[in-house]
Order: sequence, then structure tokens, then C-alpha cells
Amino acid sequence: MTQREIVLPGTYIEERKGRKVVNCYVEGEKVFSKVLGILKVSDDEISVVPLAGKYFPKVGDRIIGRIEEIEVSGWWVDINSPYKAFLPLGEAVEEFVDVRRVDLSRFYDIGDIIFCKITKVTKNKMVQVSMKDMLARKLFGGITIKITPYKVARVIGKGGSMIELIKKKTGSEIYVGQNGIIWIKGDKKEKAIEAILTIEKEAHISGLTEKIAKMLGG
Amino acid sequence: MKKADIPLIINGRRIDGRLPEEIREVKMSVGEILNADGSARVSFGKTEAIVAVYGPRALFPKFLQESDVGLVRVTYSMSPFSVDERKNPAPDRRSIEISKVTKEALSAAIFIEDFPKAVVDIYENIVQADGSTRVTAINAASIALASAGIPMKDLVAACSVGKVGDILIVDLNGKEDNYSEADMAIAMMPSKGLITLLQMDGRLTKEEILQLLKKAEEVCKKIYELQRKTLLEKFKVEED
Amino acid sequence: MEEFVKEYLNQGKRIDGRGFKDYRQIEIKHSIVSKAEGSAFVNLGGTKVIAGVKLDIGEPFPDSPNEGILIVNAEFTPLSSPEIEPGPPGEEAIELARIVDRVIRESEAIELEKLFIENGKVWIVYIDLAVFDIRGNLTDASVLAAVKALLHTQIPKIENEKIVRGEFVSKLPVVYKPVSVTIGKYNGNLFVDLNKEEEEIINAKLVVGVRDDDKICTIQKQGIGTFSLKDVENVLDLAIEKSKELRRLL
Repeated sequence: MTQREIVLPGTYIEERKGRKVVNCYVEGEKVFSKVLGILKVSDDEISVVPLAGKYFPKVGDRIIGRIEEIEVSGWWVDINSPYKAFLPLGEAVEEFVDVRRVDLSRFYDIGDIIFCKITKVTKNKMVQVSMKDMLARKLFGGITIKITPYKVARVIGKGGSMIELIKKKTGSEIYVGQNGIIWIKGDKKEKAIEAILTIEKEAHISGLTEKIAKMLGG
Repeated sequence: MKKADIPLIINGRRIDGRLPEEIREVKMSVGEILNADGSARVSFGKTEAIVAVYGPRALFPKFLQESDVGLVRVTYSMSPFSVDERKNPAPDRRSIEISKVTKEALSAAIFIEDFPKAVVDIYENIVQADGSTRVTAINAASIALASAGIPMKDLVAACSVGKVGDILIVDLNGKEDNYSEADMAIAMMPSKGLITLLQMDGRLTKEEILQLLKKAEEVCKKIYELQRKTLLEKFKVEED
Repeated sequence: MEEFVKEYLNQGKRIDGRGFKDYRQIEIKHSIVSKAEGSAFVNLGGTKVIAGVKLDIGEPFPDSPNEGILIVNAEFTPLSSPEIEPGPPGEEAIELARIVDRVIRESEAIELEKLFIENGKVWIVYIDLAVFDIRGNLTDASVLAAVKALLHTQIPKIENEKIVRGEFVSKLPVVYKPVSVTIGKYNGNLFVDLNKEEEEIINAKLVVGVRDDDKICTIQKQGIGTFSLKDVENVLDLAIEKSKELRRLL
């Protein structure tokens, strides 16, 4: 099995040899792919990066969500997934809050966009997010767009090179969520969006970085 | 039993000129329905099915949710213009039964434990019917599911086999479906050799059934290769 | 309960002490509904079904102008289970009716050509299944009830173009006694006549319709499990073997 090969559900990959497997299933020692995707094999891990599919929340992911509902002790957040996330009061606000007196919309209201971190995912997909991360913040103004979650890595680029290029060339503020939601703010945001959508469409084509650089003007 | 008005096999050739073990021309394409999470179109001769997949997505009402596994729902329907005599668009008993067995056939291959409390909806539409519609739709559904990123143990390939007169045939067209001595629909995960759908009507000895199953497995393996080819071509990735 | 049953099945045993190939106690009674032209009641280990046959005169289908018509319907009455609510048949009732229909139709049990009356008029045979208690293996019980009812169905007299109910001229021409044998596969073993608890756990089943001459007339796989080709061969062997036992009850 060579690297960067497309595999399909049921494609036999190789023997497990004690490695961690991602998006694969195992029969005895044999490892098979579960999904349509790109194969990545290393000494520690056999994984398939899906070429399609919904975002499934993972602990540690930084994502962009939209406040959907306000509860007594927290907020329900739409995270572009078949599963909703819960932001508990204790993970969102530093000070002590008397829930009997205070209206939680004071902190986060329906429609607010937040950049947060996934801190818990149970076996039956109860998801918890937190704003207590260093990079977490409420995002004011700007707009959000949606891309295939699995193209996010391409949009960010190696070491963040691609997204920094776009930010610099368009002077935009950009936050990229692992869940495929991207938030952009700035006068030239349309150019940034065009660039991002181009990357999504042509993620597999070589020379993409140069093409994007040219597109954004030198 | 219905008797055909013309012989179904003359000089070893079927009414459309095929040999007993020959399947019709197969066309497959993937990704035409842009709104869907996955979609595919498959035709066997004049029989054509289009399938769209939506999901996994949140499942409501809540009482339908199972906390440890996801749900798979299938709706098989025939367009009114797909057959000779216009078919009433309302779901009929046959369509309901086909939806049920198809759901079971595809669920066998899907890792439903990977999306608890959520649902994968599969909508199958028969655009044109000339025999073997349910298996054509299953072939399309498999590709559509894979293209939507749904986790599966294997693709599911399906075909029909049967007996006309004394001859065992594969891939029955409309007339053969109606007037055969027996017909059998099979779906399987070809690389595992596991059958996920099996329905048979007619009169067959046990030996005939076993022979037909072997022929069906060969045909399913051919269809499987076409399904893989269709998906790989669509999602071709070049080195960066 | 489920874990308990699973443990037994895993060890190749059944909680009611039966062997893999044993049917539960079967009780069959016929002609229990006097208003029907034919009827039968089956109690298979607690699963209770009544099959009623009604005959009527109607137009034949255009592509078989000299043949009578067979129509099978099934209703799970709300009495049968806490999960059933009153209303039109759901997918399980529809599937059951269609399987019973196929076992009878494809086995050619009824000589439909003998149901021709005159040009444009044939006998329509309605088989209606009323399910009163569901304790597993509804399919085999329903087929037994339907075929038993047919074997005791009589054709009413026609006078002045009208049916004279209660007066009969002949028996319904039935030449075969098809039965269905539903077999489940679990942990490498094949089980016959699954009870309610076993049905909830065993997700790979094959319904096999067998005719008197051992020809197979129907197969329907049920459940989200799978079968290998070898499994199917083993199932067919077992189905043919058990069909003889069931047929003796008819």
C-alpha cells in the first residue's frame, strides 16, 4: 500500500502490527478502510483521511460554533455536525453567576459566533465545549462560510502558511474551525472567501499555493 | 403462473439478444445531486435508478433515537412515468417492502455504531423500470453512501438471477422478471462473500439455487469492480 | 433478559430447553369462522393467528383472463402486542402478507385456472390474516393458518349471477401444501422457530417456502445480519427437512 492512495470502504490496507488505526476497522490482524479517503501509513498509525462526510467532534479540536439555545446553566451550540455541543456556564464565564438573577444572554446570546475548544465527547456523542482556551473568543461582525471539514488542513496549509498568506494579502481577520466553519472580517473579505473556496475545490491540484498567491495579487 | 406470450429464449439467445450469463450494459456515475451529501446514478440496460443520501444528520423526533447506534432509513419509489402503465405516485405495498429489505441490506454493511442518535436517509428513485429495479437501486445507493463519507465494511453490489424455461440466466429484464420460472435478487459485500439481501420467488430445487448463487456472486464481483472504478475516478487525487 | 438469552445462545442452548431444530407446541384448528368460506386458527408457541378466506366474484387481470385472483392481507391487531397501535398495516404487516402471498402463489398451490367462471368473471380468493398475539415466528404460523384455511375452503353456489352464501358446490382446488420454515443464524448455529426473545437478538433470518416436492418457492432474508453462500446451503437443507414435519400438521 503506498501513501496518498485513495481507498474505499472495505479496501484491505495491511497488517496492523500494533499500530493505532483511524477510520479503519480490524479483522484479526488485517486492517481495512471504513471510508472513501486518502491513506496515510506511518510506523505508529494507519489512518484514512475522509474525502467527504460530516464533521464528527473530537476532543482538542478548535471550532467555530453558533449559539442556538440558552439554558439555565449554559448554552447549546450548533457546531456543523449531526451533534450539538453544550457550553456550560462554568466553562464560559470566569466570575460567579447567580443564575436566578442573571439572564445568560448577557454573556452569549442566540446567534453569537464563538471560537471555542471541544473538551469532552462521550461514547454517545454528548459534546462539551469550553471558552477557557487561550485562543477562544466571541467573534464580532464578520461573516462565516462553510467548507468540507476535511479540506480544512489544506486551507490552513503547512505550518499555517496558506491561511497566513490569505490573511496578509487581504488584510482580513480569519478564524478557521476544524469543523469546516471559517469566519472572516475585513474590507477585502470577498477576495479571501474566493481564495478559500478555490482551495476547497482544487485541494488536490498541484501548484495551488502559487495560484492562490497570484489570485490575491502577487 | 403467468405465461409469456412469446418464448423467452430462442436458439440460446434471450429476447434482447443476450446470452444467459450476459448482463446488460451498465452505466454508473456519482455526485450529480449537489444538494445531497452523496448521490449516484446507475443503469442496467433500460433500468435506471438515481439515489441521494443525506446524513448522518440529527434524528427527530427524539423517541426514534437509539443511544448507541444510528438509524438507516430507505425510501424506494418508482416515478409514475417509469413503467408502461402509469404508476400512482403514492407508496404501494411493494415499494414499502422493497424499502424495508433494502434498508436491511445496506444496514448490514454500514457501521451504524459510528453515528449514534443520528440518521442516514437514503432516497431511491426508479426513473425507468425494465426489470431488476431494486438491485439497480442498491448498486447506486452503495456508491452514493461511499461518496457521502458514510463508514462501511464494504461496498454492496447486487444483481438478479433466475430461470426461464430450463435455462439459468443473470440480470433479468422486465419481461423476464414477469414471466420467469423463478427469479432471485441478491446483494452482497463481495470482498467478504457475505449476502445482505436475498429474495426468491418461483420454483427451484436446492441445487438450482446454489448454482444461481454462484453465478450471482460472479456478477456481483464484476459490478463491484465497476463501482470501485466509478468512485476512484471521481475522487482522483494527484500528488501535490 | 436479553443478556440472559444471549448467554444461552452463545453456548448453543435455548432458554426454553428446546434443541436448535425443535418447534414449539403447535395447535391448529380449522373452520372456526362460520361466515368465512374457509378459516383456520394457529397457536404456535403462543403466537396466535387466524386466517380467514372469503371468496368473491370479480374481473380477472388483463394478462391472465382465465385465472382466478389471490389477494393476501395481514393485520396486526392492537391486541397482539404492547407496541402495536390501531391503524393501517405498517411495514412488518405488509411484508408478512406479501411473504404468505408468495409462498402460496409461487408454489401454485391453488389451481387458479379452475376459478374461471365465465368471460370477464373469475373467483377472487381473499386471505386475511388477523394476528392476535406475537410471541415469535409469526411467518411460519401465518403460512400454516393460511394453507390450512385454504384446504378447508369451499366454493359457494352462484344463482342468478349472485353468490349464495352458505351453500357450497365444491372445495377450492388446492393441489399443494406449501409451508414456510424461518431459520435464524447466531454465532455459527442455525435455529428454527425463534421465540420473541430470540427474535430480538438474532438479526439474520431466512424465511424459506417449501413445496411438497421439496422445491423451494420463496426465500426472504430478514434482518441486518448476513449469510455466506455456505450458510444458505445449510439453511435450505434444514428448511427442507423441517418442512415435512410441518406439512404433517396440515
